[in-house]
Amino acid sequence: MLSGVDLEVSSGEVVLVEGSNGAGKTSLLRACAGLLAVVDGEAEVLGHNLRNDRRSIRGSVGMLGHATFLYDDLSVIENLTFALRAARVPVGAVAPVLDRLGLAGRLASTRVGSLSSGQRRRVALSVLAARAPALWLLDEPHAGLDQSGRDVLDQMVAEAAAAGAAVVVASHEPARASVLAHRRVSMAGGRVLDQAPPGGRALADGGWPALGHLVRERVSVSGSPPGRSHVA
Amino acid sequence: MWRDALLVAGKDLRVEARSRVAVNQVVPFAVLVLVLFAFALGPDRRVLSQATAGLLWVAVLFSAVLAVQRSFALEAADSARDGLRLSGLDPAGIFLGKAGAVAAQLLVLELILAGATVVLYDARLHGALLLVATSLAATAGLAAAGTVYAALAAGLRVRETLLPLLLMPVVAPVLLAATKAWQAGLAGVPSDGERWLEMLCVFAVIYVTLGLVTFGALLEES
Repeated sequence: MLSGVDLEVSSGEVVLVEGSNGAGKTSLLRACAGLLAVVDGEAEVLGHNLRNDRRSIRGSVGMLGHATFLYDDLSVIENLTFALRAARVPVGAVAPVLDRLGLAGRLASTRVGSLSSGQRRRVALSVLAARAPALWLLDEPHAGLDQSGRDVLDQMVAEAAAAGAAVVVASHEPARASVLAHRRVSMAGGRVLDQAPPGGRALADGGWPALGHLVRERVSVSGSPPGRSHVA
Repeated sequence: MWRDALLVAGKDLRVEARSRVAVNQVVPFAVLVLVLFAFALGPDRRVLSQATAGLLWVAVLFSAVLAVQRSFALEAADSARDGLRLSGLDPAGIFLGKAGAVAAQLLVLELILAGATVVLYDARLHGALLLVATSLAATAGLAAAGTVYAALAAGLRVRETLLPLLLMPVVAPVLLAATKAWQAGLAGVPSDGERWLEMLCVFAVIYVTLGLVTFGALLEES
Protein backbone atom coordinates (compact mmCIF):
# COMPACT_ATOMS: atom_id res chain seq x y z
CA MET A 1 0.00 0.00 0.00
CA LEU A 2 1.23 3.47 -0.87
CA SER A 3 0.53 6.58 1.12
CA GLY A 4 1.81 10.10 0.76
CA VAL A 5 3.53 9.53 -2.58
CA ASP A 6 4.19 12.73 -4.49
CA LEU A 7 6.07 12.17 -7.70
CA GLU A 8 6.19 13.69 -11.15
CA VAL A 9 8.10 12.16 -14.03
CA SER A 10 8.55 14.02 -17.29
CA SER A 11 8.85 12.60 -20.74
CA GLY A 12 12.48 11.83 -21.53
CA GLU A 13 13.35 11.52 -17.85
CA VAL A 14 14.79 8.49 -16.08
CA VAL A 15 13.86 8.31 -12.40
CA LEU A 16 15.49 5.85 -10.04
CA VAL A 17 13.29 4.70 -7.16
CA GLU A 18 15.27 3.40 -4.20
CA GLY A 19 14.20 1.82 -0.98
CA SER A 20 14.47 -1.30 1.11
CA ASN A 21 12.23 -4.33 0.73
CA GLY A 22 8.62 -3.38 1.36
CA ALA A 23 9.26 0.31 0.74
CA GLY A 24 6.53 0.40 -1.89
CA LYS A 25 8.65 0.55 -5.06
CA THR A 26 6.89 -2.32 -6.82
CA SER A 27 3.47 -1.07 -5.70
CA LEU A 28 4.29 2.35 -7.13
CA LEU A 29 5.25 0.81 -10.47
CA ARG A 30 2.14 -1.38 -10.53
CA ALA A 31 -0.04 1.62 -9.72
CA CYS A 32 1.57 3.57 -12.57
CA ALA A 33 0.83 0.61 -14.88
CA GLY A 34 -2.81 0.61 -13.81
CA LEU A 35 -2.47 -2.79 -12.17
CA LEU A 36 -3.27 -1.45 -8.69
CA ALA A 37 -6.34 0.58 -7.91
CA VAL A 38 -5.77 4.16 -6.78
CA VAL A 39 -8.39 4.81 -4.14
CA ASP A 40 -7.47 8.29 -2.94
CA GLY A 41 -5.43 11.31 -4.00
CA GLU A 42 -4.52 12.05 -7.61
CA ALA A 43 -2.76 9.83 -10.09
CA GLU A 44 -2.34 10.78 -13.70
CA VAL A 45 -0.33 8.75 -16.17
CA LEU A 46 0.16 9.86 -19.76
CA GLY A 47 -2.81 12.15 -19.47
CA HIS A 48 -5.14 9.50 -18.04
CA ASN A 49 -6.60 9.78 -14.57
CA LEU A 50 -5.97 6.41 -12.92
CA ARG A 51 -8.77 6.86 -10.42
CA ASN A 52 -11.33 7.06 -13.21
CA ASP A 53 -9.83 4.71 -15.76
CA ARG A 54 -6.77 2.58 -15.24
CA ARG A 55 -7.19 0.42 -18.33
CA SER A 56 -6.74 2.90 -21.12
CA ILE A 57 -3.09 3.63 -20.34
CA ARG A 58 -1.96 0.03 -20.52
CA GLY A 59 -1.30 -0.06 -24.22
CA SER A 60 1.17 2.81 -23.70
CA VAL A 61 2.95 1.30 -20.69
CA GLY A 62 5.65 -1.36 -20.70
CA MET A 63 6.68 -3.18 -17.56
CA LEU A 64 9.68 -5.36 -16.81
CA GLY A 65 9.20 -6.82 -13.37
CA HIS A 66 10.12 -9.87 -11.35
CA ALA A 67 7.81 -11.86 -13.61
CA THR A 68 8.43 -11.94 -17.34
CA PHE A 69 4.77 -12.40 -18.49
CA LEU A 70 5.91 -15.09 -20.95
CA TYR A 71 4.30 -18.40 -21.95
CA ASP A 72 6.62 -21.34 -21.34
CA ASP A 73 5.18 -23.49 -24.13
CA LEU A 74 5.61 -20.86 -26.82
CA SER A 75 8.91 -20.09 -28.50
CA VAL A 76 10.73 -16.81 -28.12
CA ILE A 77 9.48 -15.55 -31.48
CA GLU A 78 5.90 -16.69 -30.76
CA ASN A 79 5.87 -14.87 -27.43
CA LEU A 80 7.18 -11.73 -29.08
CA THR A 81 4.77 -11.94 -31.98
CA PHE A 82 1.80 -12.39 -29.64
CA ALA A 83 2.83 -9.44 -27.45
CA LEU A 84 3.41 -7.15 -30.43
CA ARG A 85 0.19 -8.07 -32.20
CA ALA A 86 -1.71 -7.54 -28.95
CA ALA A 87 -0.13 -4.09 -28.68
CA ARG A 88 -0.82 -3.42 -32.38
CA VAL A 89 2.88 -2.96 -33.09
CA PRO A 90 4.26 -4.13 -36.46
CA VAL A 91 5.91 -7.52 -36.06
CA GLY A 92 8.79 -6.29 -38.22
CA ALA A 93 10.19 -4.63 -35.09
CA VAL A 94 11.12 -8.07 -33.72
CA ALA A 95 14.18 -8.99 -35.78
CA PRO A 96 16.54 -6.13 -34.87
CA VAL A 97 15.65 -6.37 -31.18
CA LEU A 98 16.24 -10.13 -31.10
CA ASP A 99 19.57 -9.64 -32.82
CA ARG A 100 20.62 -6.98 -30.37
CA LEU A 101 19.76 -9.09 -27.34
CA GLY A 102 21.49 -12.20 -28.67
CA LEU A 103 18.22 -14.08 -29.20
CA ALA A 104 18.33 -14.42 -32.97
CA GLY A 105 18.90 -17.72 -34.79
CA ARG A 106 18.26 -21.00 -33.00
CA LEU A 107 17.24 -19.33 -29.73
CA ALA A 108 14.37 -17.51 -31.44
CA SER A 109 12.56 -20.79 -32.07
CA THR A 110 13.38 -22.27 -28.64
CA ARG A 111 10.59 -22.79 -26.11
CA VAL A 112 10.79 -20.11 -23.44
CA GLY A 113 10.33 -22.80 -20.78
CA SER A 114 13.70 -24.27 -21.65
CA LEU A 115 15.60 -20.98 -21.44
CA SER A 116 17.73 -19.87 -18.51
CA SER A 117 16.43 -17.17 -16.20
CA GLY A 118 18.75 -14.59 -17.78
CA GLN A 119 17.61 -15.50 -21.26
CA ARG A 120 13.97 -15.16 -20.18
CA ARG A 121 14.77 -11.67 -18.90
CA ARG A 122 16.27 -10.88 -22.29
CA VAL A 123 13.09 -12.07 -24.01
CA ALA A 124 10.97 -9.91 -21.70
CA LEU A 125 13.26 -6.97 -22.40
CA SER A 126 12.96 -7.58 -26.13
CA VAL A 127 9.15 -7.43 -25.85
CA LEU A 128 9.47 -4.13 -24.02
CA ALA A 129 11.95 -2.65 -26.48
CA ALA A 130 10.00 -3.76 -29.54
CA ARG A 131 6.80 -2.26 -28.15
CA ALA A 132 8.61 1.03 -27.46
CA PRO A 133 6.02 2.25 -24.93
CA ALA A 134 5.73 5.87 -23.82
CA LEU A 135 6.33 4.83 -20.20
CA TRP A 136 8.88 2.21 -19.15
CA LEU A 137 8.42 0.73 -15.68
CA LEU A 138 11.44 -1.34 -14.68
CA ASP A 139 11.45 -3.30 -11.43
CA GLU A 140 14.95 -4.58 -10.62
CA PRO A 141 15.72 -4.68 -14.34
CA HIS A 142 19.35 -5.76 -13.95
CA ALA A 143 18.50 -8.83 -11.85
CA GLY A 144 19.34 -12.08 -13.58
CA LEU A 145 21.14 -10.44 -16.51
CA ASP A 146 24.80 -11.01 -17.28
CA GLN A 147 27.18 -8.12 -17.92
CA SER A 148 26.44 -7.87 -21.63
CA GLY A 149 22.70 -8.05 -20.96
CA ARG A 150 22.99 -5.26 -18.41
CA ASP A 151 24.93 -3.13 -20.85
CA VAL A 152 22.31 -3.63 -23.57
CA LEU A 153 19.54 -2.82 -21.07
CA ASP A 154 21.28 0.41 -20.08
CA GLN A 155 21.70 1.39 -23.72
CA MET A 156 18.05 0.66 -24.45
CA VAL A 157 16.88 2.72 -21.48
CA ALA A 158 19.08 5.62 -22.56
CA GLU A 159 17.77 5.41 -26.12
CA ALA A 160 14.16 5.19 -24.96
CA ALA A 161 14.58 8.27 -22.79
CA ALA A 162 16.33 10.12 -25.61
CA ALA A 163 13.39 9.26 -27.85
CA GLY A 164 11.02 10.83 -25.33
CA ALA A 165 9.87 7.92 -23.17
CA ALA A 166 9.54 8.38 -19.43
CA VAL A 167 11.38 5.70 -17.46
CA VAL A 168 10.89 4.72 -13.81
CA VAL A 169 13.45 2.25 -12.45
CA ALA A 170 13.14 0.56 -9.08
CA SER A 171 16.42 -0.96 -8.05
CA HIS A 172 18.43 -2.35 -5.19
CA GLU A 173 21.58 -1.63 -7.15
CA PRO A 174 21.90 2.16 -6.94
CA ALA A 175 25.49 2.10 -8.17
CA ARG A 176 24.39 0.53 -11.43
CA ALA A 177 21.04 2.22 -11.85
CA SER A 178 22.05 5.73 -10.76
CA VAL A 179 24.28 5.99 -13.83
CA LEU A 180 21.10 5.86 -15.88
CA ALA A 181 19.04 8.20 -13.79
CA HIS A 182 18.37 11.90 -13.95
CA ARG A 183 16.77 11.88 -10.56
CA ARG A 184 16.75 9.64 -7.50
CA VAL A 185 13.66 9.10 -5.38
CA SER A 186 13.88 7.44 -1.98
CA MET A 187 10.93 5.53 -0.59
CA ALA A 188 10.15 3.89 2.74
CA GLY A 189 6.95 2.59 4.22
CA GLY A 190 5.01 3.37 1.06
CA ARG A 191 6.04 7.05 1.07
CA VAL A 192 8.46 9.18 -0.90
CA LEU A 193 11.08 10.47 1.53
CA ASP A 194 13.12 12.70 -0.73
CA GLN A 195 14.10 13.36 -4.32
CA ALA A 196 17.53 14.43 -5.55
CA PRO A 197 19.86 14.15 -8.52
CA PRO A 198 22.01 11.04 -8.30
CA GLY A 199 25.36 11.69 -6.67
CA GLY A 200 28.09 12.96 -8.95
CA ARG A 201 25.92 13.38 -12.00
CA ALA A 202 24.47 16.52 -13.43
CA LEU A 203 20.89 16.44 -14.55
CA ALA A 204 21.68 17.06 -18.19
CA ASP A 205 25.01 16.00 -19.55
CA GLY A 206 26.71 13.44 -21.69
CA GLY A 207 23.99 13.01 -24.28
CA TRP A 208 21.10 12.80 -21.85
CA PRO A 209 18.14 14.99 -22.64
CA ALA A 210 17.77 17.96 -20.36
CA LEU A 211 14.69 17.78 -18.18
CA GLY A 212 11.80 19.47 -19.84
CA HIS A 213 13.34 19.53 -23.30
CA LEU A 214 11.47 16.48 -24.49
CA VAL A 215 8.35 16.84 -22.44
CA ARG A 216 5.35 15.63 -24.37
CA GLU A 217 3.34 14.10 -21.61
CA ARG A 218 3.63 13.88 -17.88
CA VAL A 219 3.48 10.93 -15.59
CA SER A 220 2.50 12.11 -12.20
CA VAL A 221 1.50 10.31 -9.06
CA SER A 222 0.74 12.93 -6.49
CA GLY A 223 -1.26 12.48 -3.37
CA SER A 224 -2.55 13.51 -0.08
CA PRO A 225 -0.46 14.18 3.04
CA PRO A 226 1.38 11.23 4.60
CA GLY A 227 -0.86 8.94 6.55
CA ARG A 228 -3.71 8.85 4.06
CA SER A 229 -3.85 5.79 1.88
CA HIS A 230 -4.53 6.42 -1.73
CA VAL A 231 -3.19 3.38 -3.51
CA ALA A 232 -4.30 -0.05 -2.41
CA MET B 1 -12.78 -7.33 -30.32
CA TRP B 2 -12.88 -10.11 -32.95
CA ARG B 3 -9.25 -9.53 -33.87
CA ASP B 4 -8.22 -9.77 -30.21
CA ALA B 5 -10.39 -12.88 -29.77
CA LEU B 6 -8.67 -14.61 -32.68
CA LEU B 7 -5.26 -13.62 -31.34
CA VAL B 8 -5.97 -15.00 -27.85
CA ALA B 9 -7.64 -18.16 -29.17
CA GLY B 10 -4.71 -18.78 -31.51
CA LYS B 11 -2.27 -18.34 -28.63
CA ASP B 12 -4.18 -20.69 -26.31
CA LEU B 13 -4.57 -23.36 -29.00
CA ARG B 14 -0.90 -23.10 -29.92
CA VAL B 15 0.06 -23.53 -26.28
CA GLU B 16 -2.20 -26.61 -26.09
CA ALA B 17 -0.73 -28.01 -29.27
CA ARG B 18 2.76 -27.67 -27.78
CA SER B 19 2.00 -28.88 -24.27
CA ARG B 20 -0.37 -31.64 -25.46
CA VAL B 21 -2.18 -31.57 -22.12
CA ALA B 22 -5.57 -31.96 -23.82
CA VAL B 23 -4.38 -34.85 -25.99
CA ASN B 24 -2.38 -36.68 -23.34
CA GLN B 25 -4.57 -36.09 -20.30
CA VAL B 26 -8.04 -34.67 -20.95
CA VAL B 27 -9.04 -37.00 -23.81
CA PRO B 28 -7.83 -40.18 -22.06
CA PHE B 29 -9.59 -39.02 -18.87
CA ALA B 30 -12.89 -38.53 -20.72
CA VAL B 31 -12.66 -41.89 -22.49
CA LEU B 32 -11.78 -43.51 -19.16
CA VAL B 33 -14.96 -42.05 -17.65
CA LEU B 34 -16.99 -43.75 -20.40
CA VAL B 35 -15.15 -47.03 -19.91
CA LEU B 36 -15.62 -46.98 -16.12
CA PHE B 37 -19.33 -46.25 -16.49
CA ALA B 38 -19.54 -49.18 -18.89
CA PHE B 39 -17.99 -51.40 -16.20
CA ALA B 40 -20.30 -49.99 -13.55
CA LEU B 41 -23.47 -50.51 -15.62
CA GLY B 42 -22.58 -54.04 -16.68
CA PRO B 43 -22.58 -55.74 -20.06
CA ASP B 44 -26.26 -55.16 -20.85
CA ARG B 45 -26.08 -53.29 -24.19
CA ARG B 46 -29.67 -52.04 -23.83
CA VAL B 47 -28.90 -50.29 -20.53
CA LEU B 48 -25.69 -48.83 -21.92
CA SER B 49 -27.49 -47.62 -25.02
CA GLN B 50 -30.15 -45.86 -22.90
CA ALA B 51 -27.50 -44.22 -20.74
CA THR B 52 -25.28 -43.17 -23.66
CA ALA B 53 -26.33 -39.51 -23.90
CA GLY B 54 -26.10 -38.85 -20.17
CA LEU B 55 -22.74 -40.56 -19.79
CA LEU B 56 -21.29 -38.72 -22.77
CA TRP B 57 -22.32 -35.33 -21.40
CA VAL B 58 -21.10 -36.16 -17.89
CA ALA B 59 -17.72 -36.97 -19.42
CA VAL B 60 -17.81 -33.71 -21.41
CA LEU B 61 -18.74 -31.75 -18.29
CA PHE B 62 -15.83 -33.15 -16.26
CA SER B 63 -13.49 -32.49 -19.17
CA ALA B 64 -14.79 -28.94 -19.53
CA VAL B 65 -13.76 -28.22 -15.94
CA LEU B 66 -10.26 -29.50 -16.70
CA ALA B 67 -10.09 -27.47 -19.91
CA VAL B 68 -11.08 -24.15 -18.34
CA GLN B 69 -8.77 -24.77 -15.38
CA ARG B 70 -5.95 -25.38 -17.82
CA SER B 71 -6.89 -22.26 -19.79
CA PHE B 72 -6.45 -20.08 -16.72
CA ALA B 73 -3.44 -21.97 -15.37
CA LEU B 74 -1.61 -20.71 -18.47
CA GLU B 75 -2.22 -17.16 -17.34
CA ALA B 76 -1.22 -17.83 -13.73
CA ALA B 77 2.30 -18.97 -14.63
CA ASP B 78 4.89 -16.18 -14.53
CA SER B 79 2.12 -13.60 -13.97
CA ALA B 80 1.06 -13.89 -17.61
CA ARG B 81 -2.34 -12.55 -16.54
CA ASP B 82 -0.68 -9.22 -15.70
CA GLY B 83 0.94 -9.33 -19.11
CA LEU B 84 -2.48 -9.92 -20.64
CA ARG B 85 -3.90 -6.96 -18.71
CA LEU B 86 -0.99 -4.77 -19.83
CA SER B 87 -1.23 -5.93 -23.42
CA GLY B 88 -3.96 -3.47 -24.31
CA LEU B 89 -6.25 -6.27 -25.54
CA ASP B 90 -9.99 -5.73 -25.27
CA PRO B 91 -11.26 -7.76 -22.26
CA ALA B 92 -14.28 -8.86 -24.29
CA GLY B 93 -11.90 -10.12 -26.96
CA ILE B 94 -9.85 -11.97 -24.33
CA PHE B 95 -13.06 -13.60 -23.05
CA LEU B 96 -14.19 -14.66 -26.53
CA GLY B 97 -10.70 -15.92 -27.37
CA LYS B 98 -10.31 -18.01 -24.24
CA ALA B 99 -13.86 -19.36 -24.42
CA GLY B 100 -13.41 -20.06 -28.13
CA ALA B 101 -10.21 -22.03 -27.54
CA VAL B 102 -11.90 -24.09 -24.81
CA ALA B 103 -14.91 -24.67 -27.08
CA ALA B 104 -12.70 -25.84 -29.96
CA GLN B 105 -11.00 -28.39 -27.69
CA LEU B 106 -14.35 -29.58 -26.32
CA LEU B 107 -15.82 -30.04 -29.81
CA VAL B 108 -12.91 -32.25 -30.81
CA LEU B 109 -13.33 -34.16 -27.56
CA GLU B 110 -17.07 -34.64 -28.19
CA LEU B 111 -16.31 -36.04 -31.62
CA ILE B 112 -13.93 -38.56 -30.08
CA LEU B 113 -16.40 -39.43 -27.30
CA ALA B 114 -19.23 -39.87 -29.82
CA GLY B 115 -17.03 -42.40 -31.62
CA ALA B 116 -16.25 -44.07 -28.31
CA THR B 117 -19.96 -44.47 -27.50
CA VAL B 118 -20.47 -46.23 -30.82
CA VAL B 119 -17.69 -48.67 -29.97
CA LEU B 120 -18.32 -49.10 -26.23
CA TYR B 121 -22.10 -48.66 -25.96
CA ASP B 122 -23.20 -49.72 -29.42
CA ALA B 123 -24.84 -46.30 -29.90
CA ARG B 124 -26.54 -45.45 -33.21
CA LEU B 125 -26.01 -41.81 -34.06
CA HIS B 126 -29.36 -40.95 -35.68
CA GLY B 127 -30.57 -37.35 -36.03
CA ALA B 128 -27.13 -36.05 -36.90
CA LEU B 129 -28.35 -32.47 -37.38
CA LEU B 130 -29.85 -32.30 -33.90
CA LEU B 131 -26.79 -33.96 -32.37
CA VAL B 132 -24.44 -31.48 -34.04
CA ALA B 133 -26.61 -28.44 -33.19
CA THR B 134 -26.95 -29.63 -29.59
CA SER B 135 -23.21 -30.15 -29.30
CA LEU B 136 -22.46 -26.68 -30.66
CA ALA B 137 -24.95 -24.93 -28.36
CA ALA B 138 -24.00 -26.95 -25.27
CA THR B 139 -20.30 -26.43 -25.93
CA ALA B 140 -20.75 -22.67 -26.33
CA GLY B 141 -22.61 -22.55 -23.02
CA LEU B 142 -20.09 -24.71 -21.18
CA ALA B 143 -17.10 -22.78 -22.53
CA ALA B 144 -18.65 -19.37 -21.81
CA ALA B 145 -19.85 -20.24 -18.29
CA GLY B 146 -16.59 -22.06 -17.56
CA THR B 147 -14.53 -19.06 -18.66
CA VAL B 148 -16.59 -16.64 -16.55
CA TYR B 149 -16.31 -18.78 -13.41
CA ALA B 150 -12.66 -19.63 -13.99
CA ALA B 151 -11.90 -15.90 -14.19
CA LEU B 152 -13.86 -15.41 -10.98
CA ALA B 153 -11.85 -18.10 -9.18
CA ALA B 154 -8.51 -17.31 -10.83
CA GLY B 155 -7.17 -15.05 -8.11
CA LEU B 156 -7.99 -17.39 -5.25
CA ARG B 157 -5.55 -19.83 -3.70
CA VAL B 158 -8.21 -22.54 -3.63
CA ARG B 159 -9.19 -22.05 -7.28
CA GLU B 160 -8.54 -25.67 -8.31
CA THR B 161 -11.08 -27.05 -5.87
CA LEU B 162 -13.43 -24.07 -5.87
CA LEU B 163 -14.01 -23.96 -9.63
CA PRO B 164 -15.83 -27.33 -9.87
CA LEU B 165 -17.98 -26.36 -6.88
CA LEU B 166 -18.94 -23.08 -8.53
CA LEU B 167 -19.31 -24.37 -12.06
CA MET B 168 -21.05 -27.73 -11.73
CA PRO B 169 -24.36 -26.43 -10.33
CA VAL B 170 -24.40 -23.59 -12.86
CA VAL B 171 -23.97 -25.87 -15.87
CA ALA B 172 -26.38 -28.54 -14.59
CA PRO B 173 -29.06 -27.22 -17.01
CA VAL B 174 -26.63 -27.79 -19.88
CA LEU B 175 -26.09 -31.38 -18.77
CA LEU B 176 -29.83 -31.95 -18.54
CA ALA B 177 -30.78 -30.27 -21.81
CA ALA B 178 -27.90 -31.73 -23.84
CA THR B 179 -28.69 -35.20 -22.51
CA LYS B 180 -32.39 -34.92 -23.37
CA ALA B 181 -31.68 -33.52 -26.83
CA TRP B 182 -29.12 -36.24 -27.56
CA GLN B 183 -31.51 -38.92 -26.29
CA ALA B 184 -34.13 -37.63 -28.73
CA GLY B 185 -31.60 -37.62 -31.55
CA LEU B 186 -30.32 -41.12 -30.78
CA ALA B 187 -33.89 -42.39 -30.54
CA GLY B 188 -34.61 -41.00 -34.01
CA VAL B 189 -37.23 -38.45 -32.85
CA PRO B 190 -35.39 -35.13 -33.26
CA SER B 191 -38.56 -33.09 -32.77
CA ASP B 192 -38.54 -34.14 -29.09
CA GLY B 193 -35.15 -32.52 -28.66
CA GLU B 194 -35.91 -29.15 -30.19
CA ARG B 195 -37.13 -27.45 -27.03
CA TRP B 196 -34.03 -28.69 -25.20
CA LEU B 197 -31.90 -27.28 -27.98
CA GLU B 198 -33.66 -23.94 -27.57
CA MET B 199 -32.86 -24.02 -23.86
CA LEU B 200 -29.19 -24.67 -24.63
CA CYS B 201 -29.16 -21.72 -27.04
CA VAL B 202 -30.68 -19.43 -24.41
CA PHE B 203 -28.10 -20.60 -21.84
CA ALA B 204 -25.26 -19.98 -24.30
CA VAL B 205 -26.52 -16.50 -25.20
CA ILE B 206 -26.89 -15.57 -21.51
CA TYR B 207 -23.37 -16.68 -20.57
CA VAL B 208 -21.67 -15.28 -23.66
CA THR B 209 -23.34 -11.93 -22.97
CA LEU B 210 -22.46 -12.12 -19.28
CA GLY B 211 -18.86 -12.88 -20.17
CA LEU B 212 -18.61 -10.03 -22.67
CA VAL B 213 -19.97 -7.58 -20.10
CA THR B 214 -18.20 -8.74 -16.93
CA PHE B 215 -14.90 -10.23 -18.05
CA GLY B 216 -13.02 -6.93 -17.84
CA ALA B 217 -14.00 -6.49 -14.20
CA LEU B 218 -13.28 -10.16 -13.43
CA LEU B 219 -9.82 -9.85 -14.96
CA GLU B 220 -9.12 -6.80 -12.81
CA GLU B 221 -10.27 -8.40 -9.58
CA SER B 222 -8.67 -11.81 -10.07
